[in-house]
Amino acid sequence: MSSTSIINLPNQQTARMPKNHYLNSGYGLKSWALTLDHKRIAILYLLTTLFFFCIGGLMAALMRLELLTPAGDLVASDTYNKLFSIHGIIMVFFFLVPIAPAVLGNFLIPIMIGAKDVAFPKLNLLSYYIFLIGGFFELYSIIWGGVDTGWTFTTPLSTHYVNTNVISAAMGIFIAGFSSILTGLNFVVTIHRLRAPGMTWFRLPLFIWSYYATAIIFILATPVIAITMVLIAMERVFGIGVFDPALGGDPILFQHLFWFYSHPAVYVMILPGMGVMSEVVGCFSRKRVFGYTAVAFSSVAIAVFSFFVWAHHMFIMGISNYSALVFSLFSMLVAIPSAIKVFNWSATMYKGSITFETPMLYAFSFIGLFTIGGLTGVMLASLGMDIHMTETYFVVAHFHYVMVGGMVSAVMCGLHFWWPKITGRMYPEQLGKLAASTLFIGFNLTFFPQFILGYLGMPRRYHAYPAEFQVLNVMSTAGASILAIGYLLPAMYFLWSLKYGAIAGSNPWQATGLEWQIQSPPLKDNFEEIPVVDFEAYDYEWLANKTRHEVTNVG
Amino acid sequence: MHYISPVLWQFLEKWLGNSPLFPPEGSAMSVHVDVFFLFLLLVEIVGVTIVTLMVVTFTILYRKERHPVATQIEGSTLLEATWTLIPLAVFLVCFAWGALLYFRIYDPPTNAMNIYIVGKQWMWKAEHPGGQHEIDALHIPIDRPVQLTMISQDVFHSFSIPAFRIKREVIPGRYSTVWFEATKPGVYHLFCTQYCGTDHSAMVGWVYAMKPEDYRAWTQGSTSGSSLAQNGERLFASLGCHSCHTGQESARGPDLAGLYGSKVRLADGTYVTANDAYLRRSILTPGAQVVAGHSAIMPTYQGQVSEEGVIDLVQFIKSLNSNYRIKQGATAPELEPGQAGTPGTVPAEPAAQAQPGNRAGSAHTTPGTVK
Ligand code: HEC
Ligand SMILES: [Cu+2]
Ligand SMILES: [Cu+2]
Repeated sequence: MSSTSIINLPNQQTARMPKNHYLNSGYGLKSWALTLDHKRIAILYLLTTLFFFCIGGLMAALMRLELLTPAGDLVASDTYNKLFSIHGIIMVFFFLVPIAPAVLGNFLIPIMIGAKDVAFPKLNLLSYYIFLIGGFFELYSIIWGGVDTGWTFTTPLSTHYVNTNVISAAMGIFIAGFSSILTGLNFVVTIHRLRAPGMTWFRLPLFIWSYYATAIIFILATPVIAITMVLIAMERVFGIGVFDPALGGDPILFQHLFWFYSHPAVYVMILPGMGVMSEVVGCFSRKRVFGYTAVAFSSVAIAVFSFFVWAHHMFIMGISNYSALVFSLFSMLVAIPSAIKVFNWSATMYKGSITFETPMLYAFSFIGLFTIGGLTGVMLASLGMDIHMTETYFVVAHFHYVMVGGMVSAVMCGLHFWWPKITGRMYPEQLGKLAASTLFIGFNLTFFPQFILGYLGMPRRYHAYPAEFQVLNVMSTAGASILAIGYLLPAMYFLWSLKYGAIAGSNPWQATGLEWQIQSPPLKDNFEEIPVVDFEAYDYEWLANKTRHEVTNVG
Repeated sequence: MHYISPVLWQFLEKWLGNSPLFPPEGSAMSVHVDVFFLFLLLVEIVGVTIVTLMVVTFTILYRKERHPVATQIEGSTLLEATWTLIPLAVFLVCFAWGALLYFRIYDPPTNAMNIYIVGKQWMWKAEHPGGQHEIDALHIPIDRPVQLTMISQDVFHSFSIPAFRIKREVIPGRYSTVWFEATKPGVYHLFCTQYCGTDHSAMVGWVYAMKPEDYRAWTQGSTSGSSLAQNGERLFASLGCHSCHTGQESARGPDLAGLYGSKVRLADGTYVTANDAYLRRSILTPGAQVVAGHSAIMPTYQGQVSEEGVIDLVQFIKSLNSNYRIKQGATAPELEPGQAGTPGTVPAEPAAQAQPGNRAGSAHTTPGTVK
């Protein structure tokens, strides 16, 4: 083993893939379409969400091309409006929300807690199909004319003024919402009921804590967006006056309902990423995460606080001064647990033994970008500042720093980290590092100029813009093309590695955690026998002892 | 600007305000917002630097070559308390400062002159009290607080002047207000920042901040012939309001003179202040708040009067607080002496119907009414 890496692969001459594993436990379409195996369902989700990511990304690329020039010359206004609406709807509801819980969570939660599957495997499959149906509705609305309400569906624009496929788009979100609720339920029950003997709450990996918090948000918040979407559809079809002021409704009510879901949803899009961070930073520092309890409870605190901040999206909409005060204060408080986490991850590296494999590089970029994104969030939560910044590119940059810089980095990080477990093969490490660096540079070049644009006052969702903003927009578009390379590269080498990657063995990173103690790819039932947990989480000394022990035994 | 350090102020005014990476500072408030922004930026930079320093230092000191075996550390309550409480304190400062600024930006001074803004897909209409109309443009005097009373005729819009650091949602069905005091003559961007449909990005215009004398010249040069209150009076007649609101004791509707700004007792015993929003509601949904001592016989005018028409009516009812023909200059302080719209220069009789831009005539054909 080299002194700059912890990668420990079996001898490639003699190594073989395990004879039985979940990928070859059955062949053919039916074995996948009707599978109850949480790992296969995770793969199904992965393929589906990546498909949606490609659609959303394509829309983003077209938008950035349009914004190269100040005049709206590449596409028509209506087309541009559809582009950003579809980009937002797809990326939020069909990529960011499901990707981490449904893919990494499904694959890892049962293994990490020492279970054979989730609590309700059939429900798990059902929630995948529900998601798929929701996705078809969305695809229908995109292909047959598109939708141009923005992902925020602002009333009365969405209910009375646009003529696009609002109903099918809303129904897609409504249906996909049930998939979230069922997944959340499944996770909560699984984590409560199926922990292996000895796996106490405080021996759980921090990954599980943050997914638990995510699941709670899923269950409590998603019904609200579902109701809201139904109300939108009813108002369009039957003209009931819930939101329409002409019928005695209140359009502000829509804002409350929408953000009551969509703000907690923002944390659905970041909490799982935080879980990934805890695992990866610990592993590549060879250390237990600094202040385990604080990190664990900060996840729960985020989930709780996230329900009390929604009106910070409405500071300029004429909510009363007192509610503005309360919501600003709570928004400040919700930033604290995130700050705690960032400091604890950094402190984890103190006196560690750090190596710089690809997942760790992604973790660095997560920490950096998330810190910027989080602190700009504090700027926006400061009432007086929000007036100038909201509805401009500053907000766009802020949430892309959190959601793309943070969450997508975390997803990439997690995919690289668990790729050997999922597929049994390694991705090419050097290319991985190249891709991680490309992503970091491309990301900053794309979104940093947007902070400046925002403070200058450039409004979001503008098809054409004043000429003085062009230089920064060109920079942003240039960055976006680098960013695209940063995504395409992993897509290619991941595919390549499926056949040609080095055989990973059960624990290439020499990590703790139950998932690393079983073969890669895992058996259909994960464990030959349910493990008994008599060690703490992230106990790298325990792991070192165990390895030494095995070596002496064999030797 | 009094309590901002002069050095900082110079820096903002002379240097940042002229930099292409910073928006111009056109209002009294923009300097305050920018100072707060610089503070927040400092917080941001310090925060990011601390985290970066931690990460970089540890990765250099404790990379595997130098530090092959990690030392296990459980945690440290003291340290964790430190990095909980210090950010908390800093964030609370941001909160308090931000809140103070918010109230300053949104609470108009009482002596502000009022301009009405109507947003509709996809244009901004400004209605000056003297009757001047403009589209996608707003002329204002500098060194004088200006309040905008805004309403949308269709979807949500948002009225934003980045150089003044102000923005407010323009909502259908209710008035929202925002105010500013321009400090430098100039031409500034005006944007709609809330996505509002096809031509959202074309819903832009210019704000012309002018020296008071230039502004006065502009108001005289671009009058439409009659003030908002005069338009309102004609509309009041043509919609038949005067058949009930005669001002006499025996009339079927209450006397509207002296109504604006007073406390009205409603049939359910509660009181409301008769402000713009109340007058608007009384015209469009009279049944919702019935005045004590009257029955709900007033018909709704929803769908018959446009938002501009409602504004005219409201201005007219406001002007009834005094005899507006005589004292109009006093109730509409926005009007400068000698300007069109003051008594004597404009015929207030219905004969004005023949003039371009007036709002009288049939309720279904004039620009002040719907369709
Ligand atoms: C059929 C008679 C009638 C007509 C026509 C009528 N109103 Fe009224 N109006 C009333 C009555 C009765 C009330 C008091 C009961 C209520 O508040 O609904 C009233 C109340 C009001 C009020 C509230 C007065 C207060 O003291 O608070 C306003 C303002 C008003 N009307 C304006 C108008 C305007 C403007 C029009 C024409 C567009 C109009 N009304 C047409 C009968 C009428
Ligand atoms: Cu939010
Ligand atoms: Cu708009």
